[in-house]
Amino acid sequence: MTDSINLTIDGNPVHVAPGMTILKAAASAGIEIPTICYHDYCTANALCRLCVVEVEGARTLVPSCVAKVSEGMQVSTHTERVKRARRTILEMLATTVDLSEAPDIQAYMREYGAQDERFPEAEQRFSPVLDDNPMYIRDYSKCVLCWRCVQVCAEDAQYTHAINFTGRGFETQIGTFFDKPLPETTCVFCGQCVAVCPTNALKPKRQWLLEQGHSPDEIMSLTRTERRRRMRREAAAEQPATGGKS
Amino acid sequence: MAEIDLALLQPVLAELGPQGRTALLPALHAAQELYGYIPEPVAAAVGQALRMPLADVYGVIDFYALFYREPVAKTVIHVCGDPACSMAGADGVMKVMAQQVERHRIQGQIQDTIKVERAPCLGLCEHAPALLIQGAPVPKADTQSWEDLVSGKAQRPYSVVGGDINLLTFNCGKGRITNLDGYRKSGGYDSLRKALALSPDAIVAEVKAAGLVGRGGAAFPTGVKWEAVAASNEPVKHVVCNADEAEPGTFKDRVVIEDDPHRVLEGLIICAFAVGAHKGYLYIRGEYNLQYLILKAAIAEARQAGFLGTNILGSSFDFDIELRRGAGAYICGEETALFESIEGKRGFPRVKPPFPTTHGLFGKPTVINNVETLINIPLILKVGSAAYRHLGTQKSPGPKLFCVSGDVVRPGLYEVPFGVTFRHLMDDLAGGMRPGHKFQAALFGGAAGAFAVEKDLDVRLSFEDLRAAGLPLGSGVITVFDETRSMQDILLRLGHFFADESCGKCYPCQMGTQRQYEILQRIAENRALPGDKDRLLDVGWTMTDASLCGLGQTAASAVMSAIRLWPELFEARQTTPEGGPA
Ligand SMILES: Cc1cc2nc3c(=O)[nH]c(=O)nc-3n(C[C@H](O)[C@H](O)[C@H](O)COP(=O)(O)O)c2cc1C
Ligand code: SF4
Ligand code: SF4
Ligand code: FES
Ligand code: FES
Repeated sequence: MTDSINLTIDGNPVHVAPGMTILKAAASAGIEIPTICYHDYCTANALCRLCVVEVEGARTLVPSCVAKVSEGMQVSTHTERVKRARRTILEMLATTVDLSEAPDIQAYMREYGAQDERFPEAEQRFSPVLDDNPMYIRDYSKCVLCWRCVQVCAEDAQYTHAINFTGRGFETQIGTFFDKPLPETTCVFCGQCVAVCPTNALKPKRQWLLEQGHSPDEIMSLTRTERRRRMRREAAAEQPATGGKS
Repeated sequence: MAEIDLALLQPVLAELGPQGRTALLPALHAAQELYGYIPEPVAAAVGQALRMPLADVYGVIDFYALFYREPVAKTVIHVCGDPACSMAGADGVMKVMAQQVERHRIQGQIQDTIKVERAPCLGLCEHAPALLIQGAPVPKADTQSWEDLVSGKAQRPYSVVGGDINLLTFNCGKGRITNLDGYRKSGGYDSLRKALALSPDAIVAEVKAAGLVGRGGAAFPTGVKWEAVAASNEPVKHVVCNADEAEPGTFKDRVVIEDDPHRVLEGLIICAFAVGAHKGYLYIRGEYNLQYLILKAAIAEARQAGFLGTNILGSSFDFDIELRRGAGAYICGEETALFESIEGKRGFPRVKPPFPTTHGLFGKPTVINNVETLINIPLILKVGSAAYRHLGTQKSPGPKLFCVSGDVVRPGLYEVPFGVTFRHLMDDLAGGMRPGHKFQAALFGGAAGAFAVEKDLDVRLSFEDLRAAGLPLGSGVITVFDETRSMQDILLRLGHFFADESCGKCYPCQMGTQRQYEILQRIAENRALPGDKDRLLDVGWTMTDASLCGLGQTAASAVMSAIRLWPELFEARQTTPEGGPA
């Protein structure tokens, strides 16, 4: 194996280490490729296809977040074909999901001239806010199905496996076993899913309550159960098992 | 709700539990047979027994159309709503059925014990309009009485088989299952005997020399695939037979399995020997219950007779086949989604590369072949690659099965050498258009296909000729439409099919199949908006170019072909949504 791969990206010669993805190779050459589902610390599943590029000789566009560089490869990251796909994906997304709290995606929409009302009479993926625990809310109307939450809850980080997918196709959603409230699942409220969610579909409860116009005092009381439980747990940990006074 | 007795499930879990997650679909099928659906405590018990996360169990139940997480009627009637059946009156059948259920309910004769559901193509297209009643196939539902239907007296369909040759279908279309004795009398398993006397390399070489390419739709050279797996040093390898047949209009694998199951097994056993695999899987679509039972019996017969198991036919070769059922998901015909399904997961296709020949089932090098591909193997070994190549054309050697359905006199399965004309197949073999009707178009390759018109009648049916004509061969599906058919309606049904069957993994197809369906709805209802054609083209190109797997990459194929042929159908019929000024 050689220690360097030579390819061209948008006509510029680029030399990178073998095994690198086209996305990283482009970044190393200062070329930015848009991404939605990709996250440095999650398994890349190549779902959103916003990162597609044209590779000379390939039948279809290629997802740059997973496709590896190869010797002599000729990559074009911003051709008309690529832009049409990105624009259409964004337009379909805007008519499917509430992107109001996804500024990065909105910026892509401006960059690619994507109209948010391109598809009239389009069905939206609507679902009511799920407020079933003191730590975070789930507003799947804002979910772009990037899979990150499912992955960090599973092998990518936590091995808790509290959430997975329900439905399929356009009706896919993130959900729990028989749609149970999170406290009745294996969820440990580690908050990793909230941290990786790109659209605020998952949001800390405090932040959500603030946005709903609740005062800090009310918020304290609305999220108290969890605080109390935690204090109790901490207290219990300090005491030997026999000292049951409280 | 009645109390759920988990004790009923214990024998199943005791048997399947040790296998872990891969036994999930078998366990769910067994559970559903016991309880009629999969209640929550049952799903939880399954998850615990297989040692897998409950959220994942639920994700799988909810992915497959044939698993129910809520109580359903005792009898579920699946009415096919795809083109061949709809043209034969499926919508009317559906309506009458719903009325009958309602009438009998009012009269108190039945409670909620019958449920009528629209289903995707059931692989019974030559018997359109077709139904499944609690899994049992019913042909020509429009000619059967309601009483016969619900009492299970309706006769089962028998395959209609014809053609210029019968090298693959010798035992098919005779109104009976060919059992082991019958198969052996027709020379069955002689090729296996021959194969075991050869070296695996010699078999691979012979398959390569025969020029056999896959019949599942992708037309990949079979010998090349086998060679890659045979060459691998991995100690564990797998072979898989893909019998998930669900492309609307396709029924060839069903007929072969139903009438001549051992031929499929023989092909798979030879494949395993050639590539060095000791375990094979045969994955059959969930709707093919009858065929599942036929295969199950055939596998037992083969094992009994020493064609499966240890030291096959006295050789040192050990091999066995595990039969698996799908559960209502077209996407599981895609090879990597099929692996996921066998592994007990949702049928999400994997990103390729890596390819199955290096990372297939359970991450091991795997050969996956279509049923029809595999039944060519005994033939190749029997006659030799040179004689095999005499059949067909230079670039498309061998015999081919075509599924002809729609507006022809004799819809059925036809075996021909590659290279006969479409006209010959349609007129001479399938009896031509029904009296008094003219040819309008034919859909080649199923829902994922493209339309042929008058000018294509003399095209030769070979990979190279069809490619030149811009038509896909796909898996050999041809659905014929006469001059009375509304293409908008056909497209709407195809659009519905893809929107229903998209797995939802990648954005272009997850949303594109839905947007495409919505626009096709407007077009079918004669209220297309300005720009709808461009919307279809943008969505179509994006799905074709950017989707993760073959489903999305072909989900717009028929629509784009129709736009090229009949652009006027897609013109605006109104200026604004919501019925504004026309
Ligand atoms: C959406 C989709 C559905 C498919 N369904 C089937 C099927 O039902 N049967 C089949 O043999 N191949 C099907 N294929 C093709 C398989 O992925 C694979 O190419 C095939 O099983 C390989 O066998 P072959 O080389 O013998 O054709 C499907 C592909 C896609 C993308
Ligand atoms: S909830 Fe957030 S992290 Fe999870 S899939 Fe949806 S958008 Fe991604
Ligand atoms: S193309 Fe469709 S079926 Fe294939 S992975 Fe994407 S969403 Fe799933
Ligand atoms: S970033 Fe590559 S597919 Fe989403
Ligand atoms: S069974 Fe109805 S179209 Fe195939």
